[in-house]
Amino acid sequence: MNAPAYNFAYLDEQTKRMIRRAILKAIAIPGYQVPFASREMPMPYGWGTGGVQVTAAILGPADVLKVIDQGSDDTTNAVSIRKFFGRTAGVRTTTHTTEATVIQTRHRVPETPLKAGQILVYQVPIPEPLRFLEPRETETRRMHALEEYGLVHVKLYEDIARHGHIATTYAYPVKVAGRYVMDPSPIPKFDNPKLSNSDALQLFGAGREKRIYAIPPHTAVVSLDFEDHPFEQWRHPASCALCGDDASFLDEVITDDRGGRMFVCSDTDHCESRRAAPSQPTVQDAEVARG
Amino acid sequence: MYVAVKGGERAIENAHRLLAHERRGDRAVPEISLAQIEGQLGLAVDRVMTEGSLYDRDLAALAIKQARGDLIEAIFLLRAFRATLPRFGATQPVDTAAMRVRRRISATFKDLPGGQVLGPTFDYTHRLLEMPAADPPEPATTESDVADSVGTPMPRVTDLLAADDLIERSPGAGEIDDAAPPGDLTREALSFPADRDLRLQNLARGDEGFLLALAYSTQRGFGRTHPFAGEIRLGEVAVEVFAEDAGFVLPVGRITVTECQSINQFHGSASEPPRFTRGYGLVFGHCERKAMSMALVDRALRARELDEEVGAPAQDEEFVLSHSDNVQATGFVEHLKLPHYVDFQAELGLVRQMRREHAARTTAGGESPADATLSDATVADATVADHTREAAE
Repeated sequence: MNAPAYNFAYLDEQTKRMIRRAILKAIAIPGYQVPFASREMPMPYGWGTGGVQVTAAILGPADVLKVIDQGSDDTTNAVSIRKFFGRTAGVRTTTHTTEATVIQTRHRVPETPLKAGQILVYQVPIPEPLRFLEPRETETRRMHALEEYGLVHVKLYEDIARHGHIATTYAYPVKVAGRYVMDPSPIPKFDNPKLSNSDALQLFGAGREKRIYAIPPHTAVVSLDFEDHPFEQWRHPASCALCGDDASFLDEVITDDRGGRMFVCSDTDHCESRRAAPSQPTVQDAEVARG
Repeated sequence: MYVAVKGGERAIENAHRLLAHERRGDRAVPEISLAQIEGQLGLAVDRVMTEGSLYDRDLAALAIKQARGDLIEAIFLLRAFRATLPRFGATQPVDTAAMRVRRRISATFKDLPGGQVLGPTFDYTHRLLEMPAADPPEPATTESDVADSVGTPMPRVTDLLAADDLIERSPGAGEIDDAAPPGDLTREALSFPADRDLRLQNLARGDEGFLLALAYSTQRGFGRTHPFAGEIRLGEVAVEVFAEDAGFVLPVGRITVTECQSINQFHGSASEPPRFTRGYGLVFGHCERKAMSMALVDRALRARELDEEVGAPAQDEEFVLSHSDNVQATGFVEHLKLPHYVDFQAELGLVRQMRREHAARTTAGGESPADATLSDATVADATVADHTREAAE
């Protein structure tokens, strides 16, 4: 038996070229889901195989990679994917948002605004924003082609009629560049405004569902809503127990079985940076105050 | 000339000798021991115990060896043995909150009392083939390596949420009549609609692959339930029985189980505040994929109870519960290998007859009265043959 030999960043070059072609098409048609021949990856479907394939296809030896899961660099899956690329590509890795050239993420957009030249790669479980209204792919492709998005608005309207609110709190649908309705992946809707007019390129990879889509830099992304029920950004009304930020997205941590709990920043790099320089107001504060 | 009229018995005997020969494999390679299967193919043993519905590691290992690694065949062997066992009574409900936990994770809270305990898991391993020469990670060797968490209290996540009334009470908890024993579909035929005790028993015994596919289908929109893995825990629980003679509860041993509690889509109404709902999975050993699938399918099957739109396969109780058992399924699918000469002969006769009639009609441009009479008689024969065929099955 010969020990298997793996290429730089795991995937072979033909596969990478195929994925890059899909990425280029996705960038040319913002928000459109481009089918691609997703490969079996050495981690299970649903654990970021789409994001990992996109990252593998765009990564060069000079890149600096950051991987976050739920905003944190230290969650197990983020550690695992970072180690995977450390092992198969030998690239430099970081936890600092500002240092990274490629950031692979699951369920969060970093609090620190991204810069030109950075690429944010999202792991996407279900790329189709219409999937839960219409399970059949044949139908949803047609609906996108005809720009037939009435059903999404009906769903949001039904939420309001039933609950008095739009009951979608994450994976909140957006419209990209005035054409395609897109699933932003299960980020909290708190993060939705960061998608619009970003200086960075945003790529979305769905491995099991075999789709890649993109938001190019400086592209308008609008969260769907109604004139009388405008989109609302939500965060827990509290401050981070560690860094005191009252504008970042917070995780709830249960501290005992008698109802004790605390709230901490979901973005660990953001939180650590603030604690390292506590006197300076962050760019994030200004950002939210503006928005 | 091949005329297999006689000699079936000797053919079967020879086939079984050949099977034993194949099972042994290359004689130059040492025979695999039951202890090796039990120790090194532990997850196969766990699956066979769960779906075989019998907690006995030695017997499950034996079944796997005898079945040449065909797990459904092994499950079948264990079930067939189980059916012969006398029944002494039922145990007390096991208390998973008091579990000696080896693995415990929650996907809903970053940290919680008792913490996250990864335990022995494939999660976060890279699926890269490792040649025997490569160094595998050092196995944990000492007791303290593996038993750090034992003794730390670990309240169940669903209990923590329930304390704030954020999740529904355990479905059926109010209605459980302690005097009435839980149902048992191995002792009484399943009827519909089935109560939750019978449904969970059915799912616990059900085929992992079938439940996995159904659970997956709900995630893809065919009966969506918005699940979160509230908690998955693996460990040892005490099994106790109430001893009639002594008048008190006696411990009889410990078994390993995996429990999954899913936290699903909230519900509320004009009179009820919104609360999350639950799905439940419990299996023998470490069958995590099965426990999670079971929880998702359990929740999907509560659609009617929770006034949800019913339409997807995973929500159809009769469809799911009637087809989940792989011993039943494999038996019936594979029974097509049995001789059906008689029934087929009858069908063959009918098709030939109909073809003759068809040919006569097209050449003559009409059907003669004699043909019609003959045809009726043949149809009657075929119907009789069909009944025979069903009876044979």
